[in-house]
Amino acid sequence: MTERALRLLELADDELVVGWRDSEWTGIAPTLEEDVAFSSIAQNEIGHARALYELAAAELDSEADALAFDREPGEYRCAPLVELHLLDWAHTIARRYLYEEADRLRIEALKHADDAELAGVAAKIDREEVYHRLHAELWAARLRDEPRFRSAVEELWPFALGVVEPDLRPALARRVGLEQVDARERGSHAPELAELWEQMTEVRRSVPGAQW
Amino acid sequence: MTAEQVWDALAEIPDPEIPVISLVDLGVIRDVAVEGDRVRVDLTPTFLGCPALEAMRRQLETKVEELGGDPEVRVVVDDAWSTDRISPEGREKLRAAGFAPPPPRAAGATTLVQLQSKAFRCPYCGSTETRLENIFGPTPCRSIRWCESCRQPFEQFKTI
Repeated sequence: MTERALRLLELADDELVVGWRDSEWTGIAPTLEEDVAFSSIAQNEIGHARALYELAAAELDSEADALAFDREPGEYRCAPLVELHLLDWAHTIARRYLYEEADRLRIEALKHADDAELAGVAAKIDREEVYHRLHAELWAARLRDEPRFRSAVEELWPFALGVVEPDLRPALARRVGLEQVDARERGSHAPELAELWEQMTEVRRSVPGAQW
Repeated sequence: MTAEQVWDALAEIPDPEIPVISLVDLGVIRDVAVEGDRVRVDLTPTFLGCPALEAMRRQLETKVEELGGDPEVRVVVDDAWSTDRISPEGREKLRAAGFAPPPPRAAGATTLVQLQSKAFRCPYCGSTETRLENIFGPTPCRSIRWCESCRQPFEQFKTI
């Protein structure tokens, strides 16, 4: 697999899985407004995953759905941050905030890539992410002095560093205002991924090639 | 078959989520190219998470087939598309249906201060005494605002 396809799968898997995790708040978020917000963000992150899988699929002679749902759990390239199953609001908001901070840095870098097709998709994603970032920033500001939120951010910080390549980590540390520590790198998975994969791929595995 | 005939036919297709406006008025049809029977239609979704993307693609294909053409619908993703492409007629149709049309794309990214400003006009009563209720709404392209003057919520199309 080329370096480009690998990078695309990392990005796409992150967006798919974070979207899946965010969608777990649909119906049970603390307020109706957050229910709407998390559902909409989740839907849009999965839309980004689709666009990125399509670029990867063109290169790998595959299809977006096949890349999203037909691989084995060990083949996914997502960062452990997005895999964590966090049914606690402080941790959920901490992940949203840290993920958006990390994602904005790598998307900004991709916008200036020599690869015009990838740069175009990155620029479109960047425009849309503005609204996700506003939501995350609003919550981070609101919970800034809340001890539960602060400890959740610190707990997830090594995971957040693992979302971006080492060259972007100093910038991420500056933005978040924390010292750089050893990152929880991608490549190995959180134990929760297996269960998420079971759910996420259940329909495809039951009826291969299903369309609806 | 000419590109103009195809454009005219596509102008009859309503947006699947907001049927008061056509896909052409919404500006999401980027280009039409006709070569013999082959008709290529370039489409850019408002947001990549648009749940109606596949429905739009099917509607476009069906319309081209009705004209006797062989359709190829391409989803084009880049930064050139913006909500500024919604036609003046389209903006008026949105407003009449209770959707406030999007403000023009600014040089920088949209900020929370802008979203919380009084620059957004209620599509029902025209008042700018409106406030942001939720950045998000029923589809990725819309947010929810509240009009203090006529005391009702309305959907605000997001700028992209």
